Amino acid sequence: MFEHYLSLFIRAVFVENMALAFFLGMCTFLAISKKVETALGLGIAVVVVLTITVPVNNLILHNLLDEGSLAWTGIPALQSLDMRFLGLLCYIGVIAAIVQILEMTLDRYVPALYNALGIFLPLITVNCAILGASLFMVERHYSLGESVVFGFGAGVGWALAIVLLAAIREKLKYSDVPDGLKGLGITFVVVGLMSLGFMSFAGVQL
Amino acid sequence: MATARAKDVLFQPIFNNNPIALQILGICSALAITTTLQTTITMCLAVIFVLTLSNYFVSVIRTHIPSNIRIIVQMTIITSLVIVVDQFLQAYAYDISRQLSVFVGLIITNCIILGRAEAFAMNNPPMLSAVDGFGNALGYSIVLLFVGVCRELFGSGTLMGVEILRPLSEGGWYAPNGLMLLPPSAFFLIGAFIWLLRAWKAEQVEEQPFEIAPNSRTSEAF
Repeated sequence: MFEHYLSLFIRAVFVENMALAFFLGMCTFLAISKKVETALGLGIAVVVVLTITVPVNNLILHNLLDEGSLAWTGIPALQSLDMRFLGLLCYIGVIAAIVQILEMTLDRYVPALYNALGIFLPLITVNCAILGASLFMVERHYSLGESVVFGFGAGVGWALAIVLLAAIREKLKYSDVPDGLKGLGITFVVVGLMSLGFMSFAGVQL
Repeated sequence: MATARAKDVLFQPIFNNNPIALQILGICSALAITTTLQTTITMCLAVIFVLTLSNYFVSVIRTHIPSNIRIIVQMTIITSLVIVVDQFLQAYAYDISRQLSVFVGLIITNCIILGRAEAFAMNNPPMLSAVDGFGNALGYSIVLLFVGVCRELFGSGTLMGVEILRPLSEGGWYAPNGLMLLPPSAFFLIGAFIWLLRAWKAEQVEEQPFEIAPNSRTSEAF
């Protein structure tokens, strides 16, 4: 059992890295990776939000939306109701709500972390990595335990990728790049090379 | 005046203010679904549909939205449109829907859509907003089609599944470039697209934070 979870975790971090293998959360990934410090703050926020939202969405899917999952209410009309088409609306609502709650909780109890994360916390709502992880959870039929591990692993993988990119970009400032490639262009090429590096994990059998 | 404005709104985002190349918006989906041209075109059509209509509907009710819950209202409109697209694809194009997997749902978090709703539709009349949405979706589609055509043509020698370059394995002359089918190639291609665009429109080149002094020659150093 433990081995199963460990392999799921390793796979989510390295082999199926959210940013470098599935291109999720790219907008923030490219826009907010100029400094290692801010990248690290954002990475931690993403780990926290992913670890909470994926299991919560898993519970919602299995207890409210899935076919026949409303049987516990005892109402005959709901016995075989399939409401999975409402999934998207629920997941994004849950994500927005949890980010908002997390923001208020941090503001109240951990002001230091709240100030460090600043604007990134509300921005996480529209980070595709968060919604993407929930959708992968649905598509791959993860159980509750698996979705906790998967959410955490996906977050760690994304955080790792953005910190690495920020570190490279800090050094990149000193290099002489052709005019048209300056800034965004060269960043894309660097991310491509990083993605190539992470592909070497693809053959790992777990 | 009004027509000139509408034309600007429509054509500006295509090359001069491209959402992907200049504003760094909506990149996630641009990369993952471009291995074949068919999925690319489906994705472009879906984004054109969602972006045009979401801009229109947000603009219609813009004066009634309380400003502190506007994001939630915008998200609800966008999500409803995406659900329509998702259900439509599952009903009429199930294979493509399987290939796109989670990326149809991820149109919701495509930053272009929320960005245009927030930046343009909240302050402009409905028709103009719809035109703006359409223009931005076209700008997005241009980049996607460029990447999609390159990846399918050079990666497997076909376009829309029709053989263009006959591969070696079937007695032809073309050795397919496997790298093109792998994720990293999309990054390189978008990087190249940005380079081409900025070579043509030099004003989009980003400023260096500081100038690098030229290397001193060996003869000067000693």
